[in-house]
Amino acid sequence: MTLDDLRPGSECLVKKLNAHDKLGQRLMDMGVYPGLEMKVIRNAPLEDPMELELDGYYLSIRHEEAKFVEVEDR
Amino acid sequence: MKRKKTLLALAGQPNCGKSTVFNALTGASQHVANYPGVTVEKMTGSYRYEGMKVEVVDLPGTYSLTSYSPEERVSRSFLLHDKPSVVVNVADASNLKRHLYLTFQLLEMGVPLVVDLNMMDVAEKRDIDIDTQELSRQLGVPVVPTAIKQGRGKKELFKSINSVAGSEQSPEPFFVDYGSMEPFLTEIENEFSENGVLSKDYPGRWLAIKLMEGDDEARKLIREHHSTPEKVLEFIENKRQEFDSKHNEKPERHIAFSRYKVADAISRSCIKPKTATKQPLSDRADAIICHKFFGPMILVGVIYLLYYLSIVQGYNITNYTWPLLAKIRSITESFLPAPGFIDAPLVRSMTLWFVDSINALLNYIPIFFILFGLIAILEDSGYMPRRAFILDRIFNRYGLHGQSTLPMVLGGIYVGGCAVPGVMSCKGIPCERARFATILTIPMLNCLAKVPLYVLMINIYFAQCKGLAMFFISTISLLMVLPVARILTLTVLRNKDTSPFIMEMPPYHIPTIRGVLGRAVERVWIFIKKIITIVAVIAIVIFILLQFPGLSDERMAYYDTEKDRAIAGFYQKIEENPYAEYVQGENLMALVLYWDKYKNAKMMAKGKKAALAINEKFKAENPVFFQIVRPQKDKEAKSVNKAFKKVFSARKKLLREIKKEKIDNSFLGRVGRAMEPYTQYAGFNWRVNVSLLASFAAKESSVATLGALYEQEKEGESLETRMEKGEKGFTALHALALMLFMVLYPPCVATSIMVKIQTGQIRWMLFSMAFPIVLGTGVATLIFSGGTALGLNGLQAMIAFYCLALAITIGTGFLKDKSATT
Repeated sequence: MTLDDLRPGSECLVKKLNAHDKLGQRLMDMGVYPGLEMKVIRNAPLEDPMELELDGYYLSIRHEEAKFVEVEDR
Repeated sequence: MKRKKTLLALAGQPNCGKSTVFNALTGASQHVANYPGVTVEKMTGSYRYEGMKVEVVDLPGTYSLTSYSPEERVSRSFLLHDKPSVVVNVADASNLKRHLYLTFQLLEMGVPLVVDLNMMDVAEKRDIDIDTQELSRQLGVPVVPTAIKQGRGKKELFKSINSVAGSEQSPEPFFVDYGSMEPFLTEIENEFSENGVLSKDYPGRWLAIKLMEGDDEARKLIREHHSTPEKVLEFIENKRQEFDSKHNEKPERHIAFSRYKVADAISRSCIKPKTATKQPLSDRADAIICHKFFGPMILVGVIYLLYYLSIVQGYNITNYTWPLLAKIRSITESFLPAPGFIDAPLVRSMTLWFVDSINALLNYIPIFFILFGLIAILEDSGYMPRRAFILDRIFNRYGLHGQSTLPMVLGGIYVGGCAVPGVMSCKGIPCERARFATILTIPMLNCLAKVPLYVLMINIYFAQCKGLAMFFISTISLLMVLPVARILTLTVLRNKDTSPFIMEMPPYHIPTIRGVLGRAVERVWIFIKKIITIVAVIAIVIFILLQFPGLSDERMAYYDTEKDRAIAGFYQKIEENPYAEYVQGENLMALVLYWDKYKNAKMMAKGKKAALAINEKFKAENPVFFQIVRPQKDKEAKSVNKAFKKVFSARKKLLREIKKEKIDNSFLGRVGRAMEPYTQYAGFNWRVNVSLLASFAAKESSVATLGALYEQEKEGESLETRMEKGEKGFTALHALALMLFMVLYPPCVATSIMVKIQTGQIRWMLFSMAFPIVLGTGVATLIFSGGTALGLNGLQAMIAFYCLALAITIGTGFLKDKSATT
């Protein structure tokens, strides 16, 4: 399953990044890498984007970008 | 140890307090510029500590040092080519692992490093206990724990910088172990170790890592400096593929992943295990600020407050500052040669035009100051990313970005903004394509200067439905901005870089007064420096275009005879009058000026007391003239007064006629006439053309020029009545076409310069001027010619156009972007 499928409140483990180039690099640079545990905090008022918590900080990401992050539900 | 000048670079990820560190180091000596060729801001400053003079360059905050964004490219190239003697890496102690990711990359570049472990206070609050000595030992560079906001550790930081910058021997830095990739890296490094330039100027291991990552800029270096670049690049590409197939992992992923693994190990070994984690305050705040329901409400409140405090209240302040500017004008006036009976000296009219043009812009300074201060508060507090989070969905549909809201509010999303700060604040939009789309569409919003024309047109032609017309004009601009932005991003901006939206939601901070005021002053200063100077030049050019070639000798002679006749008539009437001797020759002109001055002073005076004081003052200045101006019971003075009023208004009429004829005759007037055959389809006659052309310097002047072109017949007749009389054929349809053209009017000079600054290229500035002209003419023609063909009246055409714009806006929202990011 991919990150964009998750509902707020769920926790997951990053399995794989399917994005290349810019988005893949950016995800890595901002600390999203395989093996990382994170939590979906909330969706924006208009559902998109979503907010994540990882390692004590918060990221916001569009669903169309989250689609490239393969995760395992916990 | 004493050296002439030490170059220091500040590097760090966003939200680590880097700008606070920069302020703490440099104090007041700061300077903003742009890095050459890009629109990334370069902050520099300097300080002296224990005899060492240090020049500080604040590099843009970046998460990494790849070549994907202009900020990262700029930082990297500065570190490589300017060779700073010391680099201070500001890292957030409460987020050590992620910040180490950048630290490793700096170490790989072989720069002399000091790690400033900032925000120790935040870390302590979260019970994160870091062993900084152990960290320093592992990294092989000094680590200085600080909480710069509280002033903690500042002295230690200064000392550490001095010792690193002063030491000759290069430190033995720590390297990330890339495990299975190490043999590949060694092989690549050997490939160019013999090359003189490459091995001397660039750290070999760093270059090898970058090449393995597939970094474009690194490949460019090879192409520039290696004798057989194609061979080397092919070798590297093979190595990359070999690694991928052998380990089933992209090399760039492996590199980033290894860095995190090491960062994780180091931060684990340096941080004592936490006892308990409590939910940070920021997250609890976000539960409300980003709430489905309260979030948008708070957002509207914040935007309204911003608008209210700056535009509305700032405008009120200009009521107090405007008299100061008026004073500057009157002081300037007093130094200029006095006007003649019907001919004003050129120096005089030109200087006054110049002062008026500058004043029109200076008048905005209180508004800008409040605005920039408030924006700085929003930026420093951390609210900006939340705003983007809430609104991104809508804007993303039109190729814009969540961060496009602020520029749009400033530009006048409803009525009354200013495109200059609007375009200026586009800097914060991280995605280049969305940023350009925002910059190019902001001038289409309703700035304050467009409003007088709307009000004029609505008062004359839509008097029955003022409210509706005002609503139409204030919302139609957004309905044009959105589809235009979408179309631009799918066409001319198609090739601009897009960036992933993914962004950090940093913890909230309380902004410092110093930071906020400093930024407000700095931005106002940029406005004054860059904009006003150029506007001054353009104002003069437009003046010349409006004044020359002037009147023919024949016409001037005609006006002279008219003048003589008026004056002769005056003298004839007062022939026997005892006052006549006081108004002979030059004294007549003196009386004209006296009269003018008196009337003006009376108009400005508030209250009875002030009026009496003015009377006293003018009486003292010239008792005889005063008697004529205010004859009261003096019969003889009364008759002079009556006769004088006549000659005075005759003069005014002549002046007006001359002015009108001059404009008619001027270069701009000729252009306006030459354009009439084409603009008639849009419903514009030549007078409207002239006023539109003249408003390029500042749109405020559109109404002023129209005022000059429609001469006043009776004293005190408003421009509304004059226009109505002067343009019998002008209908509501004409007015609607004109108003919509004004909505789409090309950016004024000040905005154009800002567009040039923010896009970094003249050609985008020219484009930003050209496309609204085409679009505006098209829309105006559609309204006028289309409306005429269908037999619509102004109101019907207005409603029809509104529906059309709404449909297009909704339609373009569904246009798919084929080149979406992957």
